[in-house]
Amino acid sequence: MPQVTLTVNGATHTVEVEGRTLLVELLREKLRLTGTHVGCDTSQCGACVVHVNGDSVKSCTLLALQADGAQITTIEGLARPDGTLHPMQEAFREYHALQCGFCTPGMVMSAIDLVQKHPGGLSEKEIREGLEGNLCRCTGYHNIVKAIAAAQDVMHGRRAELAPAAE
Amino acid sequence: MYDFAYHKPSSVADAVKLLAADPDARPISGGQTLLPALKHRLNKPSSIVDLSGIAELKGIRREGDRLVIGALVKHHEVANSPEVKAAIPALAQMAGTIGDTQVRNRGTIGGSVANNDPAADYPAAVLGLGATVVTDKRRIAADDFFQGMFTTALEPGELLVAVEFPIPEKAGYAKMRNPASRYVMAGVFVARTKDGVRVAVNGAGPGVFRQAEMEQALAANWAPEAVAGVRQSPDGLNADIHGSAEYRAHLVTVMAKRAVASAG
Repeated sequence: MPQVTLTVNGATHTVEVEGRTLLVELLREKLRLTGTHVGCDTSQCGACVVHVNGDSVKSCTLLALQADGAQITTIEGLARPDGTLHPMQEAFREYHALQCGFCTPGMVMSAIDLVQKHPGGLSEKEIREGLEGNLCRCTGYHNIVKAIAAAQDVMHGRRAELAPAAE
Repeated sequence: MYDFAYHKPSSVADAVKLLAADPDARPISGGQTLLPALKHRLNKPSSIVDLSGIAELKGIRREGDRLVIGALVKHHEVANSPEVKAAIPALAQMAGTIGDTQVRNRGTIGGSVANNDPAADYPAAVLGLGATVVTDKRRIAADDFFQGMFTTALEPGELLVAVEFPIPEKAGYAKMRNPASRYVMAGVFVARTKDGVRVAVNGAGPGVFRQAEMEQALAANWAPEAVAGVRQSPDGLNADIHGSAEYRAHLVTVMAKRAVASAG
């Protein structure tokens, strides 16, 4: 069987895979990183979004072998070792930007990529457009958008701490 | 998905050799169309030839009055490229509306053009700008390249290497997306070059096509009003649960007006 070597959340792994093995299958079934979800498996819903060499991609629509040599970040790689959440995770918590939570890992990964690619800041409209590849079937979008708007201020250093959600 | 052998050549010559040796081999670039098709078991390649390691298929460069985009260039690269924005802003704008962010981070111009999905965006730009498709064997004019739904002039084993766009005086693109799938219901790419006006329509029919009456109208008067009275015939256009042929025909005129307005 072919082998793939990739770095996931800072740790390098060499894994035997089939040609058809998807990146999300490698992450979930071989590395047991089950925070990355499979929703639709048709590249629509975005529950499987991870970062590959700094870009958000749908890991259900990428062969594991196509990621050979890549740097991968999954939802498990965001918090610090002491458990301190990434500002985006903290914002999702503070703003209650989830109901069932199934879409959340993909939402958070897409949101971080979106914010990082727009250092000048994003309007509400731009955040909504930027989330086009992520579906939330609880329709919790309003709070997701609010969370991302708040998190970007912390990520870009415009605020030291997250603005608290309204009571 | 059925299993397959996986190859990752580092040159066009090696890729062509692999494809020639196995008629059931398929090339993959971004895989945003091929992988979903394989999951549905719509085809069963014996091997997959990953083109992503081939340096000669990468890069965007200006060559005189042409913009050359390598087959492996991703949609997000075209959308954000200073060269593309300066030479053909409508092309950068169009690339920034394909699929979603994650699809644009993987999908490539070569894959989109070679696949020729009737609802894809790139075929409209390639045909509308009168681009030239460059393969490992030859150069093919856009007018000869697109041959209807998912069909192109590419022969088995022939590899799309780059697309050469002439730089237009003006160009614009407008599309109506299906609100759920986001695929194009009808899109129109308009361009005015030193060789004349071209109008290409995607999404509405079984393949991308040129709209001759609109081209004549815009050649006489480059203005949205010039195409407002040109009616697209619904004959042969797509009709499905998302819209009738008459609806799509109506959209073609509306999108043409918007495309010209966006081109300035």
